[in-house]
Amino acid sequence: MTLVHTTPLQQPATPVGTGDGTAFDLTMTTVRELNRALRAATSGSFTVRNPAGRHNLAVGLDAPLEVTIDGHAGYYCAGMNQLATVTVTGNTAVGVAENMMSGRVEILGAAGQAAAATAHGGLLVVRGNAAARCGISLKGADIVVEGNVGHATGFLSQKGRILVCGDAGEVLGDSLYETRIYVRGSVASLGADCIEKPVRAEHLAEIQELLDAAGTEGVSAGEFRRYGSARALYHFTADRIEAK
Amino acid sequence: MSYPEQHPYPLARGAAAFDPATIAEIQRAATEGIYAIRGGGAKRRVPNFDDLLFTGASMTRYPLEGYREACDTSVVLGAGRCERPVTLDIPITIAGMSFGALSANAKEALGRGASMVGTSTTTGDGGMTDEERGASEKLVYQLLPSRYGMNPTDLRRADAIEIVVGQGAKPGGGGMLLGQKMNERVAAMRDLPPGVDQRSASRHPDWTGPDDLAIKIVELREITDYQVPIYVKVGASRPYYDTALAVKAGADVVVIDGMQGGTAATQDVFIEHVGIPTLAAIPPAVEALCDLGVHRDVRLIVSGGIRSGADVAKALALGADAVSIGVAALIALGDNSPSLADEYAKLGTVPGAYDAWHAGQDPAGISTQDPALASRLDPELGARRLANYLRVLALETQIIARGCGKSHVHHLEPEDLVALTVESAAMARVPLAGTSWIPGLAPSQPEPAPAPPLTAPTTTGALA
Repeated sequence: MTLVHTTPLQQPATPVGTGDGTAFDLTMTTVRELNRALRAATSGSFTVRNPAGRHNLAVGLDAPLEVTIDGHAGYYCAGMNQLATVTVTGNTAVGVAENMMSGRVEILGAAGQAAAATAHGGLLVVRGNAAARCGISLKGADIVVEGNVGHATGFLSQKGRILVCGDAGEVLGDSLYETRIYVRGSVASLGADCIEKPVRAEHLAEIQELLDAAGTEGVSAGEFRRYGSARALYHFTADRIEAK
Repeated sequence: MSYPEQHPYPLARGAAAFDPATIAEIQRAATEGIYAIRGGGAKRRVPNFDDLLFTGASMTRYPLEGYREACDTSVVLGAGRCERPVTLDIPITIAGMSFGALSANAKEALGRGASMVGTSTTTGDGGMTDEERGASEKLVYQLLPSRYGMNPTDLRRADAIEIVVGQGAKPGGGGMLLGQKMNERVAAMRDLPPGVDQRSASRHPDWTGPDDLAIKIVELREITDYQVPIYVKVGASRPYYDTALAVKAGADVVVIDGMQGGTAATQDVFIEHVGIPTLAAIPPAVEALCDLGVHRDVRLIVSGGIRSGADVAKALALGADAVSIGVAALIALGDNSPSLADEYAKLGTVPGAYDAWHAGQDPAGISTQDPALASRLDPELGARRLANYLRVLALETQIIARGCGKSHVHHLEPEDLVALTVESAAMARVPLAGTSWIPGLAPSQPEPAPAPPLTAPTTTGALA
């Protein structure tokens, strides 16, 4: 592995295009330089050292890169990701993989609030716990959380799938549309219009697909329960006198 | 609305508090069991630009030749703050209105019309369409709480990004698009099931407050490589602090939308009772910019009830850099045209009062997703009508500015204004006409706030 950026740079000097083994040390490289270098690359693997909770790491990637962030990341890590695979060995703060379009983001530690908020596609894997509003307004991405999730997980979520191997906090799936939520542990309470639904064969297959995609082992698809929309909020309902 | 003066039964006196419209609304609510939903902005009369007058030139002021001498109208947004600032040839932009709320033809007409006079148009709560991008020379892409249609590809092909915190019709309220307008294409862009009554989020999913917003703005700059300016739009509610916090968060442009600002669909009770008038919002917003030393650097766009060049000039004189129009642009396209009186009658209304923009039956073909209705609006003709209207606004603004002796519309200042009412004098912080009295200013501070510095750009606008 080669370590580049021994002094602060004005322009990204990283050999881009392949990038195999390239490492960025954020004690010597700015976030802006890091992101510019990553966005200039078309393939290869990169490591980010000493992230120290900095915000906006590896945002807006648009190529099949392999990026490892070796430590903790701040807000919006891997935000709006497309195609890239981003792994964070520590924890992440608010909005990891927010509005992700495709690719894969994996957090070995815990994720802060609003993980994968509004994400349209791709897969977010959280090996630890995820805080409140995980998958808020989800628009089609998949989320696998091996630990627990906080309150209002799946709030206003529209499409996609959320799989929780641990417990879920209060008001799970509040006001959700067509997102399918699977929880293995307990659910503190269900949110408005969220109900438990039967797990059929196709759902078992879907759960197994998500477990396999995340590389999650030691749990069985049959241990999960399914939650989804009662679809009672899809239309305004009123006691219209003239309609009777 | 009131009872006719020649009442056939003079002793049958209605209560002022229960006029015919109020009674009709109570009985409608009892029948339908749901709050009234409509489009447009506040219909009640509130202190507004009509309550202000320009003093013009006199013994101590020297006018410019009204038809001849140069009077610049251009404004640059984000200069020195990003790689590709937005230059507007006229200080009048088109506000965010979604494809979904409006037909594709209407969106195209707005884009083409705005481009014809060198100004920008704005997406809306539903994402960017290819037609809109193609028709708009300068297109502002909105990042809204719902994030419908938000993606990095469109983000990078926008000329500016507008983070929408709220809008004047409903500060604190989320968007709404009823099922009759949620066709397959609109639903697909929003990742929702077709036909649902969409009630979109009122707060952003991944940030709370200005400290978070500062990080979000950096994220957007990183994703777009610091190329384009970032606006923050708020409904007029606490304009001094909202403006200051938007600046603190890193906005290049602050957009303040007063309560007269329209919406495609919201509860009437929200439209009429939440938020403050546009007039009342401008001086505190300008004061915040001046206090922070960024007036004319961080730009201020004002919207909500702008109809004429007089309104534009008054907003600029109070310190705004540009204005934004929504309802007036739709009227220019043909909304509420008297020529559609027969069709409005079928919908139980009259030209001038049609506000059922949420219902998707717009006879003008603007606020609809019905293909037959939408085809009534010719985008090319609509664009020409809008461009004409925008030209008139700019020319009217110039004629007033020249009459006040200004070679750039940004040289208009509060000193050029007086107020007709005590209320408007207090809100606009200009003296009641014929007096030196500015209600609300402490006696130790008899003069209005310092005039904006005369640092307008020197480039010449298209209409100069």
